[in-house]
Amino acid sequence: MKPNKYMNPYMAGFLLGLVLLGTIYVTGRGLGASGAIKRVVVTSVVEVAPQHSANTPFIKSYHEEHPGGPLKDWLVWEVIGVVIGSFFSGVISNRVGIKLERGPNITNSTRIIAAIIGGALFGLGSQLGRGCTSGAALSGMAVMSFGGIITMIAIFGSAYSFAYLFRKLWLK
Amino acid sequence: MGPLVPNIISNEFNLIVALIAGIGFGFTLEQAGFSSTKKLVGLFYGYDFTVLKVFFTAGITAMIGVLLFGQMGILDLCLIYINPTFLWSALVGGAIMGLGFIIGGFCPGTSVCAASIGKLDGLAFVFGSGLGVIAFAEGYPMFEKIYLAEAWGPVLINEKLGMSKIVFGFLLTAIAFIAFFLTRLIEKRVNNDQSKLPKKRILAYVSAVGFAFFVLIVIAVMPDRYSRLESRMNQAFAHSDLTSVEVPADKLATEIVNNYYRTNIIDVRSPEAFKAYHLPFAINIPFDKMTDRQWKTILDQKHKTNYFYADDQQLARKGYLKAQFLGKAENYILIESSSDFKNLFSNLTPPDSNASKNELNTYNFRQKAATDMKILVEALKNSTEPVIVKTSKIKGGC
Repeated sequence: MKPNKYMNPYMAGFLLGLVLLGTIYVTGRGLGASGAIKRVVVTSVVEVAPQHSANTPFIKSYHEEHPGGPLKDWLVWEVIGVVIGSFFSGVISNRVGIKLERGPNITNSTRIIAAIIGGALFGLGSQLGRGCTSGAALSGMAVMSFGGIITMIAIFGSAYSFAYLFRKLWLK
Repeated sequence: MGPLVPNIISNEFNLIVALIAGIGFGFTLEQAGFSSTKKLVGLFYGYDFTVLKVFFTAGITAMIGVLLFGQMGILDLCLIYINPTFLWSALVGGAIMGLGFIIGGFCPGTSVCAASIGKLDGLAFVFGSGLGVIAFAEGYPMFEKIYLAEAWGPVLINEKLGMSKIVFGFLLTAIAFIAFFLTRLIEKRVNNDQSKLPKKRILAYVSAVGFAFFVLIVIAVMPDRYSRLESRMNQAFAHSDLTSVEVPADKLATEIVNNYYRTNIIDVRSPEAFKAYHLPFAINIPFDKMTDRQWKTILDQKHKTNYFYADDQQLARKGYLKAQFLGKAENYILIESSSDFKNLFSNLTPPDSNASKNELNTYNFRQKAATDMKILVEALKNSTEPVIVKTSKIKGGC
């Protein structure tokens, strides 16, 4: 079966905006993603290497400030929801399936390595920026946060300035 | 009034809200095409501006909605989480994220979305993000300086630019629509696309733009909830006869002695005046603070009767009227001022020898009431100490 077409971007954006607005109205805060990854990762590190974590101030203080494990965390549940919502959307639009998407000129392993490196940079950057595209940029824009909006400008500005260097990853 | 967490929706139920919000978030991301890196990086090579369209539309939709809810008084903008500004870490972190975006092709939210429908590169990106977080945690001492530098707190962009929220709202909305128009031109050129938008689609877009500006204009001209309340109160102040709800001090004293558990004595004066002297069991709700959400439980309940007093009749009456508009409680006004009450009950002077029987009775009554009130206040000291209610701050983060 052929995958269905994507939704009109403005329509999708409007719906996403309503989801964000509803979230702010109910909870007083916006959406996020990197925070959930952080929560899971830190908890895992603490579980796997308790001795080491006790000696790493950042992990120690974060863990102490967020007691109760990942399943008590708002963002973790939100990301579980993202998985369900995305999967559901994929199912109704025939887009589910094991797949690796890459530019035409690179191998599968290059793509995987690039994805891991990109992820690592994003993970690191989102800690410095106190949030990623969703938590800092999008939610920040909705509440007119200065920090959120300059983070957004930095993300997209930097991506544009590096785009030429990495064009081989994506273009013919 | 929102936010509903934690006063109306509990923190536990909030996790279910998180799940529902996440489902909505994931669904729209995937429907928009954010599970595909080709679509995402198209933004940076000019062949597909979906990211900008979705992102900007979502941003201005939510922003206009937040402004509207705030103006209508159904969302308390003082309580919503504003990402704090740490200038350097925001900029450097953003730049690192941008590099990660162009190399990895995703951002954290979209990578989870992609992994959910079976994209292996999405999964690799999520794995990489975890590594990045560990790298930050382990190397924290190295980043600490920049991480904490230039902490400005939760500043708003409109304040920085020296304009009101609504003006910034107009500005950002206009920028978004101009960006949509220009990127369409770029997209057409890069893709060698000669097609024209169907008439129906153009009509839909024009009406969407019109609708957005219409809502912004409505927000700009609509008086907010409190100025509406204020004007209704002033009108009522000029026109209504309040003698029927005015209670003399003796009656209030009887009420305090016999039914203290069914009364709220509310002092609408300033905290300083309250501190200097206040009626037994009085709660201080300064007139300007009456709209604070922490007083809602007192001003909007049906179990206790509220008595308002101040030093002048005007203020007490205004406090009463404001309370009438704010809640459904049964409200009364004390005729006497607080200093009169003090004179009547605390600084009692015994009547002279040739006083009438009536005067003597009144004296005896007041003396007894004063002693009783004193005993009651003493006995209930611990349970009636005014509880300092902490305003709930919502913790945020990405």
